[in-house]
Amino acid sequence: MTHWYILSVVGKDRPGIVSHVTAALYGGGCNLGETSMIRLGDSFTIMMMVRHAGTQKSLQDLLSSVADSMGLHVHVDKMDGKLHRHIEPDVQITVYGADRPGIVAHVTGALAEAGLNIVNLDSDVGGSNESPIYIMHIDGVAGEGIAALESALEIVIKEGVDAKLRPIETMIG
Amino acid sequence: MSLLEILQYPDPRLKQLSDPVERFDDALRAYITDLEQAMRAGPGGVGIAAPQTGHFIRVVIVDVSSKPKIEQHGRMVMVNPEIISYDGFAKGREGCMSVPDYTGNVVRAESIELEYFDEFGEKHKIESVGFEARAIQHELDHLEGLLFLDRLVSRRSDLFRRKIYKK
Repeated sequence: MTHWYILSVVGKDRPGIVSHVTAALYGGGCNLGETSMIRLGDSFTIMMMVRHAGTQKSLQDLLSSVADSMGLHVHVDKMDGKLHRHIEPDVQITVYGADRPGIVAHVTGALAEAGLNIVNLDSDVGGSNESPIYIMHIDGVAGEGIAALESALEIVIKEGVDAKLRPIETMIG
Repeated sequence: MSLLEILQYPDPRLKQLSDPVERFDDALRAYITDLEQAMRAGPGGVGIAAPQTGHFIRVVIVDVSSKPKIEQHGRMVMVNPEIISYDGFAKGREGCMSVPDYTGNVVRAESIELEYFDEFGEKHKIESVGFEARAIQHELDHLEGLLFLDRLVSRRSDLFRRKIYKK
């Protein structure tokens, strides 16, 4: 009996993390599903769906030697999820401004109240050390329509960030 | 009458090149009727290309009239279509009846000029923009054995930041 697990791996970035981690999983008979792997700061982070015929503990053990040799922190959660459960985003929102604490909390709070379900969010800090800028990119589903989100964004714009909303019209051909 | 079967990737036939149509006869028109029926049976499908049904001839149908607010030409049956000019570019999200449960970002020309024959052999020349132009380019790719998977751009990085300045 196989189960889907969510595997999280974090460690200082260096070449070969993805190949070593996935080779150990493949060697242990696992199958990968949807994944997100990205460098944040100077760490490399992996979150992935892994199908494994064993327990949380046995999956963790499969990675113990690569985790030790590469200095990786590994965490495993059991999940009820499955593949083929995508939901299609219908709106894309970009928010940017001078970096300060609270932008994400504030903006996503206003958007959630206006019905947004976030499907994908990534954000980055650019600019210089002296004047950093925050850039956030969201794909989501407008549960209460685009107009509600536009009104929510008008308010956050008045409070000092730039925000742009674009409906996503997925073309199925 | 049974529906035409839609080939799904990784079926290798989707990579096959399609041949020009030489005879505009009743057999062609009967096939086009079936092709349109297959397109309309798909959820949200605004276009279809003959090779998606295992017929390797240069025939596509595009109909974006389900999106009433955009510039468009309604239902178009296009036989032996050729894009004669491309202008601008835009990133947009695409999916495909031959690639279920996956959508991704693809860069296409913003506007195109196109020549094609209808199912009776009459020649047409149109200009198309935006969503409809995207659908046409997607379908014409099928005639060359290309899928939108061959043109994916990164989900994370926006390669076309400069476009923002144009509004």
